[in-house]
Amino acid sequence: MNETRLRFEVVVVGAGPAGLAAACAAAENGCRTALLDDTPWLGGQIWRGQQAHPTHPQAARWVERFRRSKASLLDQCTVLGPGDQRTLLAERPDGPRQIEWERLILATGGRELFLPFPGWTLPGNFGPGGLQSLAKHGWPVAGKRIVLAGSGPLLLAVGSGLRKMGANIVSINEQAPLSRLISFATELLRWPDKLAQAARLKWTVRGTPFRCGVWPVAVEGGEQVRAVALSDGSRRWTEECDLLACGFGLAPNVELPLALGCQLDGGFVRVDPCQASSVAGVYAAGELTGIGGADAALVEGEIAGLAASGREGAARPLMARRAAWRRFGAALAAAFALREEVARLAAAETVVCRCEDVRFDRMKSFAGWRDAKLQTRCGMGSCQGRVCGAAAKVLFGWGMESVRPPVLPARVESLCPVRRDKVS
Amino acid sequence: MADQIQLRVNGKTVSVTAGTVVAAAVALAGLTRFRRSVRGEARGPLCGMGICMECRVTINGQTHARSCQTVCEEAMEVRTDE
Repeated sequence: MNETRLRFEVVVVGAGPAGLAAACAAAENGCRTALLDDTPWLGGQIWRGQQAHPTHPQAARWVERFRRSKASLLDQCTVLGPGDQRTLLAERPDGPRQIEWERLILATGGRELFLPFPGWTLPGNFGPGGLQSLAKHGWPVAGKRIVLAGSGPLLLAVGSGLRKMGANIVSINEQAPLSRLISFATELLRWPDKLAQAARLKWTVRGTPFRCGVWPVAVEGGEQVRAVALSDGSRRWTEECDLLACGFGLAPNVELPLALGCQLDGGFVRVDPCQASSVAGVYAAGELTGIGGADAALVEGEIAGLAASGREGAARPLMARRAAWRRFGAALAAAFALREEVARLAAAETVVCRCEDVRFDRMKSFAGWRDAKLQTRCGMGSCQGRVCGAAAKVLFGWGMESVRPPVLPARVESLCPVRRDKVS
Repeated sequence: MADQIQLRVNGKTVSVTAGTVVAAAVALAGLTRFRRSVRGEARGPLCGMGICMECRVTINGQTHARSCQTVCEEAMEVRTDE
């Protein structure tokens, strides 16, 4: 895979559950298939570390199935955007790649949603999933006092995981009120495996305060996190910690689909029953089409892979399972909907755009994302608005309508492949 | 399994197990500040998954490398704060 120009029938971007399932389905149906991922690992964020130390039977099965399929893996392959017709511009550590596709399946997954509050930029504040990923790859957490805050089922899962690694979990703080979590638990009766999983996780963090209706309001510390102030709306208190893991749920990685011209619906890629997007030959699966978790992603990926192989008929029997997991996603979204207070945590001087250091008061004076970008450079730094753009949607109701490639920082040689071809 | 890899972070030798990412090696070297922001604030990794770019360091002379997505290799030279 050292040639700079590669050609496949089906190209899948993202090696999480959706991408693995899509690549397996396409390759097993005889398509010349490539699976691309930004990282050196298979499994995406949710199955991070499963390749080296498999503990999750479902993840192990899919990684094994992928290995047996004839799909090619292009890891450490950062996709920068569309090139000329039906080509992706990408780069690997050893240089640029142009990857031609006939059908393209986008499975770029989700990222954690971060909302600004005073002190949130201090080193030692992570996304919960981010800290767990880093800890699986050697970040020292043993003996560290960690506060978890924000929202979503990830808080409990990460608290449990970090505690197994020897961390001292000070408290877990979920912004959603207890009443909503109780009705969510009742709904989980329809998904007994998930209910059992939640109960198991809760048991592993017994003794650690798990609070509902509580959110972070400020981080204290000079050059790193020393303590976090929390609030339940009427009372404010401070808890000392070495690390804070705070995320407010997940947001889809829609930059590449937008760069390809895919239409969105409510912030997610719009797809038809076969997972096809509005762009001919381009499919989307997993968190891109709605936050639903690994099970929804697997079945969507499989449907997309079958449809991209011309086997729509084989995809149909999977659609009922997809509908069930989408209902699960909707129940999650309702249970962990964000309260208004968490959109109002930033002070005037709080940095919202971390790349360009743009303060809250500067940003809020503009009518929309585009105006604010033009005047303040917010969203124009290294992360291309991945962090502050998602926050601005919650803070100001601004939507990101378009994306300019490259969707990630790139080496110049990766962006002008024609000239490189002439040289070689 | 527990192969040890030696690399240098700001000139200091750090020994890590195989599979450790560079961001973790920086933390193991006792550093919390990976870079300074445009206004000079201390910053470190936030997202841990290659999205936020806050963990950028210089690896073997290549600037702006995402330390959370890069696995440590023998004799790597890592510099923060550049």
